[in-house]
Amino acid sequence: MTADLQLNADGSLRHLLTLDGLPARILIQILDTAESFISVAQREVKKVPLLRGKAIFNLFFEPSTRTRTTFEIAAKRLSADVVNLNIGTSAQSKGETLLDTVANLSAMQADMFVVRHAASGAPHLIARHVAPHIHVINAGDGRCAHPTQGLLDMFTIRRHKGAFHNLTVAVVGDVLHSRVARSQIHALTTLGCPEVRVIAPRTLLPRDVDSLGVHVHYRMETGLKDCDVIIMLRLQNERMQGALLPSPQEYFKYWGLTAEKLKRAKPDAIVMHPGPMNRGVEIDSAVADGRHSVILNQVTYGIAVRMAVMSLLAGSGVKPAAEA
Amino acid sequence: MNLPQPQELIVRLAADIRPALGPDWAVVGIHTGGAWVMEALVRELGSDAPQGVLDIAFYRDDFSRIGLHPEVKPSHIPFEVEDRNILLIDDVLYTGRTVRAAMNLLFDYGRPAAIRLAVLIDRGGRELPICPDYVGLKLDLGARQHVSLVRDDAGTLSFVVREKG
Repeated sequence: MTADLQLNADGSLRHLLTLDGLPARILIQILDTAESFISVAQREVKKVPLLRGKAIFNLFFEPSTRTRTTFEIAAKRLSADVVNLNIGTSAQSKGETLLDTVANLSAMQADMFVVRHAASGAPHLIARHVAPHIHVINAGDGRCAHPTQGLLDMFTIRRHKGAFHNLTVAVVGDVLHSRVARSQIHALTTLGCPEVRVIAPRTLLPRDVDSLGVHVHYRMETGLKDCDVIIMLRLQNERMQGALLPSPQEYFKYWGLTAEKLKRAKPDAIVMHPGPMNRGVEIDSAVADGRHSVILNQVTYGIAVRMAVMSLLAGSGVKPAAEA
Repeated sequence: MNLPQPQELIVRLAADIRPALGPDWAVVGIHTGGAWVMEALVRELGSDAPQGVLDIAFYRDDFSRIGLHPEVKPSHIPFEVEDRNILLIDDVLYTGRTVRAAMNLLFDYGRPAAIRLAVLIDRGGRELPICPDYVGLKLDLGARQHVSLVRDDAGTLSFVVREKG
């Protein structure tokens, strides 16, 4: 269903809603294209004329700094016109429905919507109702998916480790509330990573964790052993309902990443975090700022990956090439 | 149609270029065929000029008609473009649109002192006011005829000529 919604008849990407079910060839095409945008970012002029004349609307129904900003920079570096809508303070608070908002923005000749919403499936709903030439990118919906974060994480891993087929990757922390974790696990599996582990207290694992094809560990001591890549997740305090954990201090003691626990991973392991970090809760400052950390690289790569997604979407579904 | 071997044309091109190529020049090949010609040309010239490669996918004028090229490669310009003399190299010159895109791309690295254009084959059919400075071979091909450069695993260059149906 989603796969049909995401792909054009010719197999190219029409919307990016989830990494679940996306074929490896599309993931690899995005990562390869992003590699070229990294070289653009190293130039004096960091812009290319690709999306000149296109209007991209950032629809953020949920607060975000990093994701919204990197989408905005990505669109601007592609020469698109960007409009940022802070929906919490606009028409929706006056009672307009989601689809009415989108219909109005489409009437303003939007070419692409970047959507973040607290409700799972909101970007899918929009994708189902937009005109054929309009593309939708999911920038995070509820607990469901955050595909561009998953892609930039894959890009980070490939840049630092070269390939996926010989890696052990651990995803650590609040998997239950994390849309990022789901996107990462789908992408790692599709790209051929042989061992994906999740490390978390039982209360922060989803019930269907076994169906994700991962190895479950409850303790850092065993879970981090010989890992090449450690992906820390943010402890989502604002999503916590009921007492799933005793206290942040208690959490840090058992599942926070410290230099001591990191010694169990491989000596050249990399440490990632999608941000924003809770220092002293899921990660110790010494690790976050230490030599294994690639956390700020992730942010930089995020721009190139979002440029790749936007340019592939904007160029898809057009008339097939007669002769280039 | 009998075409000379690409290597013969490279020797011819090198002889034309040699007197002009000063110490302040850099050479830039357009991905993929132009980069191959650049490598062969530099070898023939025995030049140690800095070398760069351009992929023009982000600068094409037909993006809105055919989308992004499926295999974009990073451009690599490992020298300062500002005030530099640049020899731009491609395999086959046709409409001139690729060269237009390559020049726009170069200017996003800096303002070159001069750009000269060297091509292995000029097949005619220009749609833009672009004229090469160095040409290995001039051909007059019809719109349905296509000539392209290929390189085998051993690194040998050859031409492929096709008739479009």
